[in-house]
Amino acid sequence: MESVLSVIVAKYNYWVYVVLMMIGFYAMIGKRNLVKKLIGMNIFQTAIILFFVSTGVKRGGGIPILDKYEVLEHGVRVASVDNPLPHVLMLTAIVVSVSVTGVALAILQRIHREYGTLEEDEILEKIGR
Amino acid sequence: MSTTNLHMYALAAPLLTAFFVNIFGRRSARVVTTLVLGALSLAALTSLALLVRVLQSGAFSYTVGNWKPPYGIELYIDPMCALMLLLINLVALAAASAALKSTAQELPGRQHLFFTLYLILIAGLMGLSMSADAFNLYVLLEITSITSYGLIAMGRGRAVLSSFNYVIMGSIGACFYLLGVGYFYILTGSLNMADIASIIPGLQAGAALSTAFAFLMVGLLVKMAFFPLHGWLPNAYSHAPTGAGVMMAPLMTKVTVFLLIRLRFLMFPPEYEFFTRLEIRSLLVWAAAVAIVCASALALAQRDLRRMLTYILIAEVGYMVGGFWLANLQGMTGTMLHIVNDALMTLCLFLVAAAIVYRTGSLSFDSLQGLYRRMPVTMAAFTVGAFSMIGVPPTCGFFSKWYLILGGVEAGQWGYVAALVFSSLVNAVLFFRIIEIAYFRTGHGQEAPQLAEAPLMILKPLVLTAIALIAVGLGTGPLVSGIIRLSIPGGF
Repeated sequence: MESVLSVIVAKYNYWVYVVLMMIGFYAMIGKRNLVKKLIGMNIFQTAIILFFVSTGVKRGGGIPILDKYEVLEHGVRVASVDNPLPHVLMLTAIVVSVSVTGVALAILQRIHREYGTLEEDEILEKIGR
Repeated sequence: MSTTNLHMYALAAPLLTAFFVNIFGRRSARVVTTLVLGALSLAALTSLALLVRVLQSGAFSYTVGNWKPPYGIELYIDPMCALMLLLINLVALAAASAALKSTAQELPGRQHLFFTLYLILIAGLMGLSMSADAFNLYVLLEITSITSYGLIAMGRGRAVLSSFNYVIMGSIGACFYLLGVGYFYILTGSLNMADIASIIPGLQAGAALSTAFAFLMVGLLVKMAFFPLHGWLPNAYSHAPTGAGVMMAPLMTKVTVFLLIRLRFLMFPPEYEFFTRLEIRSLLVWAAAVAIVCASALALAQRDLRRMLTYILIAEVGYMVGGFWLANLQGMTGTMLHIVNDALMTLCLFLVAAAIVYRTGSLSFDSLQGLYRRMPVTMAAFTVGAFSMIGVPPTCGFFSKWYLILGGVEAGQWGYVAALVFSSLVNAVLFFRIIEIAYFRTGHGQEAPQLAEAPLMILKPLVLTAIALIAVGLGTGPLVSGIIRLSIPGGF
């Protein structure tokens, strides 16, 4: 039991991402309300963003902004700064997920205008009729 | 015009024109027509020149913004990639010609919005086939997806709901892909495919690497609508505006299959363990065989021409994925050839569907009665496309199937070979059923059917595509030895 716990604690960032991802995945697949599906999608994307960002973090690392003169004198001490690349990548991924959410919300608005509801069952019922 | 930047011109033409279409297009439909056809012809011409150049001087890589490859974004263009660019542009041009007519009928006054998205989608697809950077690929994947969500949502009726389902499924696919990229980044510290390929042989991380690749695979398989993950495709493509379906059905799945090939070739050494393990390979080939059989069976159940075509499309994805995982020279050649052929065949059949919808407004089997009398040219092209799908010799569909079957026999994957043959038989049944309805059954009205051919804007690309099906079939030899074989790395 303790060994399991220590495994989880040692890499807790990955466990957090896995749990969040599963929650998002469940919401996308299991929920019948379209807005809840969309929120699930956002949780899913956020989980991946957390995963990426956590890979760039170092123990004792600071923000990757360097003093030019100090770098010219001593060089970069890599261990003292976080890896900026995953953060930059996630900036792009956040932009992408915001655009997808925007498109999805616009589509939801049209669905609501057309069917008057956002419950999947009711919409399918209306289509079937 | 320097020749080293040809691919950038091809990429920039539709992308820049998209903005002009959006700004000036609302004034008149004439402007939209000129701009769209102009941009796509320019892109097609430059990609033709690019193909010629690549064949003369070999594959090359291009660094965007002069940042050196491991840090900056790299575009890598080999002969197959140049061929894909040409294919994308030609299909887009043919589909745009038909889409200009059908959107004028279906989306009056919103044509400029439609074609803004259309052109961005084409640029995204071109970027996808060129990119040699794993993360850049993710961004482009989402660009193509977001534009196609918009295009599909422009349709009527159920289209919005189908589009929303596609948003959910597409996001799952893209997220899995991104997750795979994350694992690769943790393992190798690099996002550049060539760089990753040079790091992988020194890594002692079999399971983690396989997991990373499995994530990439699942992501792409969702995007390409491989059978059990295909749920979004039939509704999305059959409810989309006709013009959007004509362009997306031939291109989206094929480009994603090409990406799978590219990821495998550029990121992994040929002898990498995950691919040489027989169990994994044959598991995937069996999955493809099941996909082919199930999708063909589902196609049998459809009573609407375009829905039937979407299920055949899913079966064709099974052909290509299975052929690729045979992992021998014949199978790979067959897969690459099939990407080209299937794009043309699907284009031909969806153009026919567009022509029929334009005239009759419906695609259910009952409304196809007597079409051979009313639309003889369209239905002649349909027959050529149908023969190609079935795999009748002079058309191109036969040759790629031949390579795939040869590969299957060589690898000893009899289930896959049987699935291919079964699917061809099902296709024969499906298409002859339609030909029978359209040729022998006359409508209930007794009056002489008047000739009502589709407008020339749809008819011209249709006839050209039908001719291309036979021409590509006859030119298979040079196509394979001159272009496709050059893109398969040594070791297969």
